[in-house]
This record gives sequence, C-alpha cells and structure tokens, in this order.
Amino acid sequence: MNGADAPGDAGGAKAAGRTAGERRATVRPGGGPGEPGRQGLKGYLRSLGDRLRSGRLGAFPVVVSLLVTWIVFQSLNHNFLSPRNLSDICVDIVGPGLVAVGIVFVLLLGEVDLSVGSVSGLTASIFAVMYVNSGEPEWLAIVSALLSGAAIGTIQGFFFARVGVPAFVVTLAGLLVWNGLMLYVLGASGTIDLGDRGLVAELSTRYFHSAALAYGLAALGTGAFFVMTYRDNRARSRAGMSALPVWEIAERTLGVAAPSFAAAWVLEDFRGVPLALLVFLVFVVGLDFVLRRTTYGRRIFAIGGEAEAARRSGINVVWTRVSAFAMSGTLAAVGGLFLTSRVASVGQTSGSTTLLINAIAAAVIGGVSLFGGRGTTWSALLGILVIQSIASGMVLIGLETAVQYMVTGGVLLGAVILDSLSRRSQKLHGRA
Amino acid sequence: MSSTPVLALHGICKRFGAVQALTDIELEIHAGEVVALVGDNGAGKSTLLKAITGVGPADAGVIEWCGRPVRIQRPRDAQELGIAGVYQDLALCENLDVVGNLFLGHEITRAGVLDEVAMERQALELEPLAILTKHRPNVRVPVATLSAGQRQSVAIGRAILSRPRLLVLDEPTAALGIEQTAQFLDLIDRLRDQGTAIMLISHNLGDVKAVADQAAVLRHGRNNGFFDVPSTTHEQIVSSITGATDNAVTQRATKPWEDML
Ligand SMILES: Nc1ncnc2c1ncn2[C@@H]1O[C@H](COP(=O)(O)OP(=O)(O)OP(=O)(O)O)[C@@H](O)[C@H]1O
Ligand SMILES: [Mg+2]
Repeated sequence: MNGADAPGDAGGAKAAGRTAGERRATVRPGGGPGEPGRQGLKGYLRSLGDRLRSGRLGAFPVVVSLLVTWIVFQSLNHNFLSPRNLSDICVDIVGPGLVAVGIVFVLLLGEVDLSVGSVSGLTASIFAVMYVNSGEPEWLAIVSALLSGAAIGTIQGFFFARVGVPAFVVTLAGLLVWNGLMLYVLGASGTIDLGDRGLVAELSTRYFHSAALAYGLAALGTGAFFVMTYRDNRARSRAGMSALPVWEIAERTLGVAAPSFAAAWVLEDFRGVPLALLVFLVFVVGLDFVLRRTTYGRRIFAIGGEAEAARRSGINVVWTRVSAFAMSGTLAAVGGLFLTSRVASVGQTSGSTTLLINAIAAAVIGGVSLFGGRGTTWSALLGILVIQSIASGMVLIGLETAVQYMVTGGVLLGAVILDSLSRRSQKLHGRA
Repeated sequence: MSSTPVLALHGICKRFGAVQALTDIELEIHAGEVVALVGDNGAGKSTLLKAITGVGPADAGVIEWCGRPVRIQRPRDAQELGIAGVYQDLALCENLDVVGNLFLGHEITRAGVLDEVAMERQALELEPLAILTKHRPNVRVPVATLSAGQRQSVAIGRAILSRPRLLVLDEPTAALGIEQTAQFLDLIDRLRDQGTAIMLISHNLGDVKAVADQAAVLRHGRNNGFFDVPSTTHEQIVSSITGATDNAVTQRATKPWEDML
C-alpha cells in the first residue's frame, strides 16, 4: 500500500525538515505573568465605562430597571416600599422565580421551553389530588409531583435532542397536552383546597422572626462571597496570573452586602425571613454554582455557544440537552408547589400562560440571552423581582391587569431589544 | 522501521445521500511520521479526517489502531484511543473564554469543581498560544474577540493539550501568519521527533514539502497515489492531485521545489 516507504527516506525527510526549520523564524517563549490590573477608582470607573460601551452589561440594566420601578411606584404610592409590601413581594416571586430558574437552563442552550406553565399546573394538581383527595402521605404526593415534572421534561428533551423536533414545537405541544391532562386529573372537582396544614401549605406562610437569623444570614452570605472571591484571587496571583484589582473585589462584595443587609432589615421589620425566600435563594445559589463551577454547567454553556464544537470535543450533547429540559420540568414542579402554597389551592387556572410568560420574561429581563450561551440563575431572581414589583405596584395604585400586562410586555420588549443591541455591540467590539 | 502503523485504514467508505464522498480509502500512519493528505476541493480530505476522529464515522471499512481493529463511532472513541484533531470549521465555542475552549471535554476538576487556576496555568504554558500571550497575556477573553489566526492557534493548542498519539490537522495554517506558520511547522517537527503520528491536510505544497514524510493524494474520494515526499517532485504530486500530467496547473507549476520555498 504505502508504496515508496523506505527506511532511509524517512530519516532524510526529517533532516530536510530540520534544515527547512532552521530557515524559519525561531520560536519565541510564551508571555510573562499578567499585566497589572488598572488600579484606583479612576481606573475602575474607566473599565466600568468600557464594559458598558462594548455591550458587556451584566446585571446593570436589570438593576437599573428595578430601581426605576421602585422609585416610580414609591412616588405614586407611599406604601410600595413598606416592609409589608416588600415582604409580600419576596414571597410572591418564589413560585414564578423557581420556574424561571429552570427556564434559564433551557435558554442557555439557545432553546425555549413553552410548557413550564402547564407542567407546573399539572404537577401541582397531581400533588393536590394525591394528598387532599386520595389522602396519600404528603411526602409521597410531593415526590410524585417532582418526579412527574422531571419525567415530562425528560420526554420533551428526548423528542427535541434525540428525535430532532424543534424545541419550540415540542414544548408548544406540551403546553396543550399537559394543560389538558391537568384538567383531566382535576376532574369534576375543579378546585382543590389545600387547607392550612402540611408542609406545602407552610412553604409560604412560615416566617423566621429572629434578628440574629436575618442579619446572620446576610453576614454569612457576604462573608462567604468575600472569602471565595479573595481565595480565588490569591490563588491566581500566587500562580502569577492576572488577578482582580482591589476595587473590583470591593465593588463586588459591596454589591452583595448592600442588598443582603437591606433585605434583612426590611424583612425583620415585618414578619421575619420567609421560608420560601430562603428556599429560593438556596436554589439560585446552588444552581449558579452548578452552572459556573462544574463540568456539567460548562457543557451547557458550550452547547449554547456552538453545539457542533461541543459535540466534537466529546461532550454528550443529547444527554446534556435532555438533562436541561428535565431540570426545567423539575423546577416547574417545584415552582408549582410554591404557587399552590401561596393561594392554598389548585384549580383549573393553575399553571396559566401568564406564569409561562412571566418566567421567560423574568429570565430575559434579568439578562439571559435568547441566543443561548449567556446568563445566570441570578438573572431569574432579578428579573422576577422586576416583574413582581410591577404587578404589586399596579395593584397598589389600583390599575387593572390590562395595564399591568402592557407594562410588563413593554419591559420585556425593552429587555429583548437590549439583548439584541448588546449582542450587536459585542459583535462590533468583537465579542459576539 | 516497518513496524505496526499507529493507524491503518482499509476500505473506508462514506456516503452523503447521493454523494459518494469516500470510496475504499487505504492509509497508514506510523509513530513519528508526518503524512500529508492532499487533494483538490471536495476530494474528501475533511470527510476522511472526520471519519478518523469519530465526528462523522465511516459507513464501511476497517480502522486498525496499533494493529488492532477498533470501532470509532463517536468523538469520545477517538479521544480515548489518543486521537486529537483540528477541524476546518466550527471548532470553538465563541462564548467561552480561551481556557474554557482549550479544556472543553476534559476539564481539570478538584473535588468535582472546575480548577480554573490549574487550567489557566497549563494554558499559559502552551506553545501555540504564545501568539496570544506575547503582547498581553490574556487567556480569559471570549474566543469571539479573537482574530481568525488566534482562533486557529487556540484550536491547535487544544489538540496538542491532550498529548495525542495521533494528531490530525485540517488546513491548520490556513489562517496563520508567516511567523506563526513557521512556528507551527517547527512544532510539528518537534512533535514528530517525540513520536507523535501526524496527519496534515494542506493545500500549501510548500508546507507539505517542509514537514511531511509521506503524501497521500485523494481524488474524487479515492486514493490517487502515495509519495515519498523528499524524493518526489512538485509536478508529480500536482499531476496526481489534478489527475492529469498536462494541464494548466502543471504548466504553471514547473518550477523545482527549492524555488517554491
Ligand atoms: N455534511 C455533508 N453533507 C453532504 N455532503 C457532504 C458533506 N460533507 C462533505 N460532503 C461532500 O463530500 C465531498 C467531500 O467533501 P470534503 O469536505 O471532505 O472535501 P475536502 O477535500 O475537505 O475539500 P476542501 O479542500 O474544500 O476542504 C464533497 O463533494 C462534499 O460536497
Ligand atoms: Mg476540507
């Protein structure tokens, strides 16, 4: 086969290669350690300006929207920023917020899950029928609801990732199918009241009224964040790599400390720290860690960036995609339980499309890109906070739902425009 | 020297619908040998490379790894054998930074958590990345911000990071500058001397002449000759690529090899 293969020739080729090599430019050694970061407040402000102009907005737009929303409603009604109202908002965001966290996984892939509203309604009905109507133990009803959510997500993920049906179509079909199934499960009874006993009922009614706990948690969160950032940074500078400037660590720590302590103060002023909010934060922090610090999260981002490159690097693209849809289904079920807990009942209007739209809008307003590959679970939290603030403010000043829909729609449109513009600006600055 | 080849292909066929992209391909690569794969556009070079790396498995044929028949159905199969590739297109995730791309699929973890410091340290030591780190050592920018040549360097760095036993490269110098190409060819020389088997696809016969020991010609998806590069003239290879001894290309290219370099 390998026609002219003679032992001597290979050596000759090598020699020829080396002579040719000598004529080529010599190889330069790699670069030295990192350039020093820009120091001082001025340098920091300049780098912040650079970041914004080149379209790397991060949490900036959503934080601004949130502040604007609060200022507007506070000036219209002085009860808006009262501890009671803020505390209520903190419990209201949990249900749709958890659904939005699940959606983040799917959006990061560059796909969409339109079924989450129906899934959350269906799984909540499964829970209610098992627990209230059939008298099964509550834990069994909860586990069944969560497993149903996971199974539904897995099925939809399979049709998308393995069979190749566009996710948009699979989950649109799911929206109808699971909603129909929910009506079937609820049957003639229509609405099932939960009563006020049991774990699920307590999810949104339990508060921990203890200043030590509230401020302790705020301090713990800030401290943990600072220690982790500081340790990362020290490891990097020890290894001779470019590290964060002091100002950036200070900025980030302050960015965590200020809202934590403010929240502790406000919540403590009303009924204490709501259990629901704690659970939500655990999910947000935990899944943020999964997405940014583990191999699994890296795969999700890689597939959202360029699925073919991910496949070529040996990643099991099908399985990863299915798992993201399963995650979305499971979190829809978790969110459904919190929503059920909030209204203490499950009915035919549970799992409405409003929930779906709010969840997607929350993620997008929070800065998750619809084009995939960019976003965090914190986007879901910040986004749903904006949406719920608008909803609550509208109720306070006595505007109808119609206006509320239009305003939320406007904010969503604004967020999508910002996403597209920032993508374009990043392209312009070479950061597509 | 006629030891067992690292990789031997027998009767490899691949079809895309109506297009028979590869027909009965035969090829052998030994350790410490550079085999150039040449052929015109659409000859089937990239298709063959993808069959070797499991990205687009062959329909029929036998692949032998160190004399043992193996099945390469997925990219993982090839990676586990010790095969790494640089592709012509779609090789990097634009939203991930350089380090993220380099280690994609084989990240370094500590207790299940990504060890970013260890990965970045290894990345800075990678020679093809010198092009990135020469002026400003930054391996934390998204790949989307890099030039085509810088991306190419990242792709090459990614492939050699896993210390493969067989390195397959699809037009790796296409986007590289003069100095970077020279550095790259030096790197190939060194990897070959360390015993890596290398398959190099290139349209640049100058590069082929500079580093390759053997050249395998593909034409219309079939083998069209094997050449011992040092003892073969430019025209012989060109006529084998184009399938004619007397045509426009061969007439234009009748200069001896040395003038070409
Ligand atoms: N995914 C695909 N689907 C259908 N046909 C394909 C596909 N990939 C390649 N082909 C066909 O297979 C043949 C060989 O293509 P291939 O990409 O291997 O050529 P090549 O030798 O790498 O060419 P070039 O020098 O232009 O890169 C071509 O006729 C091409 O049209
Ligand atoms: Mg090709």
